[in-house]
Amino acid sequence: MRKLLSLTIFALASSTVFAGGYRVSIQGQKQLAMGHTGVAIVNSAETAFFNPAGMAYLDGKFNLSIGGSALFSKTRFQNSTYNWESATDNMGTPFNVYATYKLNKWLTAGLAIYSPYGSSVEWDQNWEGAHLVNNIDLKAIFVQPTLSVRIGEHFSFGGGPIYVSGSVNFNRNLSTNPLLSVDNDPADVTLDAKGISAWGYNAGFMFNPTSKLKLGFNYRSEIIMEARDGDATFNDVPTFAQGTFSNTTFDADLPLPAEVTTGLSYQVTDKWLVAFDYNYALWNVYEALVVDFANGVPTSTNLRNYQNTSTYRFGTQYEANDKFTFRAGWYFDESPVQDGYFAPETPRNDSMGFTGGLTYQVNQKLGVDFSFLYLHFDEIDNSYDYYQENGNTLPFSGTYKSSVFSPGIGVTYSF
Amino acid sequence: MKNKFIYLSILALGFASCEPEFENAVDADYSAGDADFTSYVAVGNSLTAGYMDGTVSKGSQMYSYPNLLAQQFALVGGGAFTQPSYEDDANNLGGLMLGGIPIGSTRLVIDASQGRPENIAGTSSIEVSNLQASAFNNMGVPGAKSFHLLAAGYGNVAGVALGQSNPYFVRHATSPSATVLGDAMTKNPTFFTNWIGANDVLSYATNGGAKSDGMTPADDHNTTGNLNPATYGGNDITNSNVYASVYSTIINTLTANGAKGVVCTIPSVTSIPYFTTVPYAPLSPTALGGATNINALNAQLYGPLDAIFTALGEPNRVNPLSATSANPILIFDADATDRSAQITGALSGTLGVPTATAFGIVFGKARQATANDLVVLPASSVIGTPNASSPSPLININGVSYPMANRWVLTSTEKAKVASATSAYNNVIVSIAASKNLAVADMNAIMTSLVGGLKIMTGQIYTANYFSGAATEGQVLFSLDGVHPNARGYAVITNEIIKVINTHYNANLPMHNPSYFPGINIVGSN
Repeated sequence: MRKLLSLTIFALASSTVFAGGYRVSIQGQKQLAMGHTGVAIVNSAETAFFNPAGMAYLDGKFNLSIGGSALFSKTRFQNSTYNWESATDNMGTPFNVYATYKLNKWLTAGLAIYSPYGSSVEWDQNWEGAHLVNNIDLKAIFVQPTLSVRIGEHFSFGGGPIYVSGSVNFNRNLSTNPLLSVDNDPADVTLDAKGISAWGYNAGFMFNPTSKLKLGFNYRSEIIMEARDGDATFNDVPTFAQGTFSNTTFDADLPLPAEVTTGLSYQVTDKWLVAFDYNYALWNVYEALVVDFANGVPTSTNLRNYQNTSTYRFGTQYEANDKFTFRAGWYFDESPVQDGYFAPETPRNDSMGFTGGLTYQVNQKLGVDFSFLYLHFDEIDNSYDYYQENGNTLPFSGTYKSSVFSPGIGVTYSF
Repeated sequence: MKNKFIYLSILALGFASCEPEFENAVDADYSAGDADFTSYVAVGNSLTAGYMDGTVSKGSQMYSYPNLLAQQFALVGGGAFTQPSYEDDANNLGGLMLGGIPIGSTRLVIDASQGRPENIAGTSSIEVSNLQASAFNNMGVPGAKSFHLLAAGYGNVAGVALGQSNPYFVRHATSPSATVLGDAMTKNPTFFTNWIGANDVLSYATNGGAKSDGMTPADDHNTTGNLNPATYGGNDITNSNVYASVYSTIINTLTANGAKGVVCTIPSVTSIPYFTTVPYAPLSPTALGGATNINALNAQLYGPLDAIFTALGEPNRVNPLSATSANPILIFDADATDRSAQITGALSGTLGVPTATAFGIVFGKARQATANDLVVLPASSVIGTPNASSPSPLININGVSYPMANRWVLTSTEKAKVASATSAYNNVIVSIAASKNLAVADMNAIMTSLVGGLKIMTGQIYTANYFSGAATEGQVLFSLDGVHPNARGYAVITNEIIKVINTHYNANLPMHNPSYFPGINIVGSN
C-alpha cells in the first residue's frame, strides 16, 4: 500500500495527451471503465473529481481511491506527395488519489490529487515536422481540497479550490532550412519552464428526484498556466546566427480550459446502473501559443484557434455478486483542433473511446479496480497552415492515424 | 491469480489491436507508369552536373537534379545512379586544380562578417589530372555546349591547358578520345534526361557579347552563317542549324535502343540574376562625389560629348549627369556608330591633338547605358574603379569617366541575338521531342515565371532575385554565381521534371519539398 502510493506519486507523475487537445480524461479507474461518466454517480471517492457534490452521499465514513494507468499513445504520419513517414510512440501515466472523510451527517471533507492535463509527444528528432515540434512534455498536477454538503436525500452541493503545479518542456527546430545547422545538425530551441503554479476551482451539485435517478452538474474553472522566466536554450546555431539566437528566458501562457459537465444516472435494477454525461470544454480560450523571449529573439506566435468541444459519454455498471462488479462504456470525443490548425504537437482528431473494467472486492473494505481504454481515431488528412519563415508560409500537411490503449489499476478502501 | 490472468489478457489484446495502420501505405500509389528507370542517364552541362556557387563541389553534386530525380526513381524500380567522383574534394571547397595550379575558384559563400560573397578560404583539392576513366549515370559536363557532347578529344587531359578540352570531362572520360555521348551510351540508358544548349548562348551573354579579350565582339553564327563549330570562339553563339543537327544526333543516339526520356528547353538566360542584379543606373550623386564632382564631369566630359553626339543627330547618346537622381553608367557599345574622328576633331582646339585623339579612341563607341541594357554581375566590382588601360588619370574611372568594356554589358542589340538564338534552339528541342514522343520540361517557361515570382503548389513564392539578405533567403533559388540554381532551386527544377514525367509517362512519383533544401551558404567568417 505504502509502496504503491510512493510509486504513484513519483514514478507516475507524467501523463500523455490522448483526448481533445492536451486534456487527459483518466481520472478514476471505476469511472473510466464506465466511459468516464460520473457527474451523477456516487460510487467511490472518485466523485471528488467528477462531482464533489456526490461525496456527501458516499456510504463509508472514510473512502480512499488510488489509481493509475499506463497510457500507450501512438501516432503515424505520412505524406505521399513527398514520401515522408514518421511515427511517435509515447507512454504516459496519469494517476489519481482521492480521499473523503465524513465529518458529520451533512458535511464531508475530501482531498483530490489528479493529473487531467498533459502532453508527451516525442517525434523522431529532425523529422519533417521538426520545425513545429520535436518533442513536448507538459505536466500538470491538480491538488483539490474539497467540501461536500448534503441537504437531505434529494440535493447536495460541493466544491473546492484547485492548486495546480506544472511544468513544460518543448523542443523544435528553428527552420526547415538546412542553412541553420551545424554539421548537418539542425539548430533547435528547447523551452523549459518548471514550477508553474496556478489556481482554479471545481464545483457541482447533485439532485436525486427519486431513489433511482440522479442528476448532476459540475463546473471546473479555466486555469491559465503562466510560465515566467523559463529557460530558452538554443542548440546547433551556426556562428553567423548566434547573434540572434542566444540563450535567454521566455514567458508564455498555456490555458487549461473551463469544463462544464451535466448528466444523469439511473439504477435500472438493484444490480444494474446506466449513466450518461455531457462535457462541454471551452477550448476557444486557446487562440495562440505566444512565446515572448527576453532578448532580441523575435516573438514566436503559433496560432491555434481551438474550438469549444462536446463529449458524449455512456456508461454502465453491473454488480454480479459480492466479489465482482463489471463496467463498460463508450464515448465520442470531439477534437478542439480545427482544419488547417492541425499541429503535430497535438495530432488529434475526433475519437471514439471504448472502455471496460471490473472491480474485485477482496473484502468488505478493500477492492481492486481494473480498467482499460481503447481510443479509436479515423485516419485524417490535415495540415498546419500558419507556420511562416522569411515571408513564406510553409504549410505542413499529411495523413495522421492515431490510437491509444490504456490499461489501468486501482485500489479502493473504505470503512 | 485469476485476476492477473484477465489483466494480462486485456493488456495483450490491447497491444495487438492498437497499432495504427494507414489504409494505404505512403508508397502504395507510386508507379513508374510507362517509363523504365532501370538505367537512368542524364546528359547536359553544368545545370545537370550540380554546379552552383561557381563550381561543382562534393556537397553541391548531391543536389544535382539528376541525383534528386534518381532518388525518386529508386522508389519505382530505378537502378543505381552514379555521379563522377568528388571524393578528392575532402573539405567541400569545390574549385579545380591542374597539376597543382588552380584553374577554377572555390565555391562562393556569404561571409557574414563582411556581408558579401567571397570564395571560401582554402585550396581546392580537386585535381583534373586525377583521371577516373569511367562512365557515370550523370554525364552533365560543366561548360559543355551542344556540339561538345559529340566531340572526340573533349576529355583529353593534354588539351586542358590549351583550352581544347574540358577539365570536368577529362576527369571521368573513359579515354582521351571518348565523347560525352559515347560514354553516356555505355550505361545503356532505359531512361534519360537531356538538357543541353544553354552554353551555346550563355557564354556569349555572360561575356557581354565580347570575345575573351573583353572588347572584340564575339560572333553570332546565325549571322555569319558559319556551320563549322570547330572554328567557333568560346563566346560565340552557335548557329541554330548546327544546334538542330547536333541535337538530332544526340536524341537519335539516346533513343536508339528504345529509351524514353525528358528533354528540357533552354531558359531565357537574360532573366537570371547574373544579368538582372546590377542596375544600369547605379551612380547616385553621392557615389559620384557630390555636386562639385558632377559639375566638373559635366563641364569637362559629359557636356562636350553630349554636344558632339547631339550635333551628329544622337541627342540622347550621352546626357549631362544629374545632381539629384541616379545616373547611368558610361559603356562601350560595339554596335554604336564610331564617332572617334568627330570627337578628336571637335576637341583638338581645346585639348590639343594628342589628347583629343586619345579621347576619340576612348569615347568613339561610348554611350550611357539604358534600361534596355543588362549589366553583368561581376561588373559590380568594376564600376567606379580606376581603369589601368586609360591614357590619363583624368578619364580613368570605369563607368564614370571611362566606358565600361564590352564584356560588362549585354546591350539591347546583343540581348536580341541571344533571345533569337534561344528561341530557335527551343523550337528545335520541341519539334524533335514531338517526333520521338518525348516529354518536354519547359524550363524556359519556369524561368520566365520566376521573374515575377513562382508560386508552387503549397503556396510558397520563389523568385529569380539575387541574394539580398536573410529576410528573403527563403525565396531565393539562385546560387551566388547568379547563373546556377542553389540546392533549393535544383529541387524546384526536379519537381518540374517529375510533373512532366508523371503526366507524359502516366507515372506517379513523389516530389521533393524545396523548403527543406538549403539556399545560400553563409559562413560566420572566411
